[in-house]
Amino acid sequence: MKLSGGDLLMRALKDEGVKFIFGYPGGAALHIYDSIFKQNACEHILVRHEQGATHAADGYSRATGKPGVALVTSGPGATNAITGIATAYMDSIPLVVISGQVQSHLIGTDSFQETDMIGISRPIVKHSFIVKNTQEIPRIIQEAFYIATTGRPGPVVIDIPKDKTDPSKLYEYKRAKEIFLRSYQPRVLPHPGQIKKACKKILSAERPVIYAGGGVILGNAHKELIALNKILKAPVTNTLMGLGAYPAKDKYFMGMLGMHGTYQANMAMHNADVIIAIGARFDDRITNTPSMFAPDAKIVHIDVDPASISKIINADIPIVGQVKESLLALIKEIKRSKIKIDSEAVDNWNMQISQWRAKHGLDHDLYLSKIKSSMIAPQVVVQELYHATQGNAFVTSDVGQHQMFVAQYYHFNKPRRWINSGGLGTMGFGLPAAMGVKLAFPKQEVVCVTGEGSIQMCIQELSTCLQYNLPIKIININNEALGMVRQWQDMNYGGRHSASTYSDSLPDFVKLAQSYGHVGMKVTQQSQLKKTLDKAFAMKDRLVFIDVYVDPNEHVYPMLVSPNGSMKDMWIKKNTKA
Amino acid sequence: MKRIISILIENKPGALARVVGLFHQRGYNIETLNVGPVFDGTYSRMSVTTRGSENDVEQITKQINKIIDVIKVSDLTEGDHHEYEFIMIKFRQSEKIQKILKGLNGKIHEKNKDVMVMSAWGPSGDIDIAIKAIGKANLLEIARSGSIGLHEGEKILKI
Repeated sequence: MKLSGGDLLMRALKDEGVKFIFGYPGGAALHIYDSIFKQNACEHILVRHEQGATHAADGYSRATGKPGVALVTSGPGATNAITGIATAYMDSIPLVVISGQVQSHLIGTDSFQETDMIGISRPIVKHSFIVKNTQEIPRIIQEAFYIATTGRPGPVVIDIPKDKTDPSKLYEYKRAKEIFLRSYQPRVLPHPGQIKKACKKILSAERPVIYAGGGVILGNAHKELIALNKILKAPVTNTLMGLGAYPAKDKYFMGMLGMHGTYQANMAMHNADVIIAIGARFDDRITNTPSMFAPDAKIVHIDVDPASISKIINADIPIVGQVKESLLALIKEIKRSKIKIDSEAVDNWNMQISQWRAKHGLDHDLYLSKIKSSMIAPQVVVQELYHATQGNAFVTSDVGQHQMFVAQYYHFNKPRRWINSGGLGTMGFGLPAAMGVKLAFPKQEVVCVTGEGSIQMCIQELSTCLQYNLPIKIININNEALGMVRQWQDMNYGGRHSASTYSDSLPDFVKLAQSYGHVGMKVTQQSQLKKTLDKAFAMKDRLVFIDVYVDPNEHVYPMLVSPNGSMKDMWIKKNTKA
Repeated sequence: MKRIISILIENKPGALARVVGLFHQRGYNIETLNVGPVFDGTYSRMSVTTRGSENDVEQITKQINKIIDVIKVSDLTEGDHHEYEFIMIKFRQSEKIQKILKGLNGKIHEKNKDVMVMSAWGPSGDIDIAIKAIGKANLLEIARSGSIGLHEGEKILKI
């Protein structure tokens, strides 16, 4: 049977196993939308803004490990999708974003709703395609999914001019058995010689640290990471993107590292003699001043992307390879090796870390404190949330103080449970991302922890949640200010709160939630907090928006001292350096 | 230090823009750029000259290699290589300019009472020196091809 371009597209998406398409129609995409109407393999989720479509597809991908799919129209539809594409690009999330384009003969004429999507998205995609011939659509879709999901994953854009989906022009559907691109060979196995060298270095370490990032989660290698550390018994830290890659409850886990990492994790990095970096990229929020980074450490760096190795910090033993295969090879080599781990030295090192933890570690029992301050501490909200959900929820967040508090105080024991925009730091990510997660896991608890600043950047998606019955729980940590901006202004700008407050003009979030057909709750006293959360989580089939007013003067600590600081230089509380 | 990066890239629409864009995105500069299809025409060879430390160039080549349409990348300046550049110059009658260009394998393309067009080729360092020596007097136009180069000996860049 011959198919139109739109039908070819839908058939190809079905063959890729796509369950959901997050999108928004418009002129250039109308042929495709007609094809969507005529099939039932993929469910289309109508968002309220294209940014929401890309974030929802992104959240779906982060939670499931499968690629997310978004569909937008040309011009403003395409440009609205850009922030979400950039978000996925920075965190290496596999997305396939399909944009309608004006008809081929109109391209370049400044026609209605025309924009150069390929040009605009170029720096923020792994790859992009423009459809020149309708019969290429199935192959392009196959290549797009292959590129998006292999190697270091990332978003792929497919721009389809409207005439290429013309319903009156029909073509044969052909699916290739396998995809081969001469210019792209993503499967890289670690070099055995490098594995040998790494093994030797790691086993002779006295102060080893495992520094594991989002690559462990993207590479589905958390089991291998745990297996490696069953042998090494080294202290482990996760990046913001890596939380959940190593179980937070494990005694060797030190918490997150970096800008707002724990004291013990940052001290361990600074004082290590061997750092085993796995699927992490030494980003500037981790290293602080690169020239002052971990002065005694030899670096073993495992990453699938060679460009991530020795980009910021020179690797002594680079291993280019997929994380899972590299860890398996490393474990095998360690088991075969005759070098004995210096257990005494490593025990002493772990003891040292316990001492650091005891000295300036985070207080995970703040919520039990008998002293009830007049205002709720935001950290307590996260701790109560952790207990109310038994640590099992999928938690999405937006960007700012609340994001850091979740990273610090919600203990993630499994990968793919913590869903946030780490690289780009996109406010507005949390709610649409939670929609994607909830669609993938309708029976699981999905919580969006946000702030009154971030939530207003994609608040319109509350309407989508009603349409598709997505009973997400939204915890709005409301400090009536752009908290992280304010914190920096407090610390670096003499407390001049330039354009970071709006307490006189915030909406009534309870009424707002209600007007979108959801349940709204407001909490201002710590004594109400637990009860309100329990009540909200008992409402299994309703979206509940819990507006929690917290202490606006709270800061996130620890915080690396910058500029000109190393990882051991931290603000540990207000006006106090460690 | 000046580097010549040779790139084999799929001859597809937009492929060149991906490479050029990357230099800007990653904060590096392109000094000269030359590109054209080679062999069966399904791919092109690009020659890009840039300046940077060894670390910079390593990072540039790694990032270029990540572009899906890029088949091969090599920093020619890492090893022994041949490097040449071609220029065309239009000028008013000038013995001085003619002499300089003849010293550079110069060839006359057009000669009349008002203007002269000549081409010349040589290592880009020599071209730079020649252009400087020519000065501004009587000079009308210059077009430079940008450096192109090949590895010395058996070493080749192929798909």
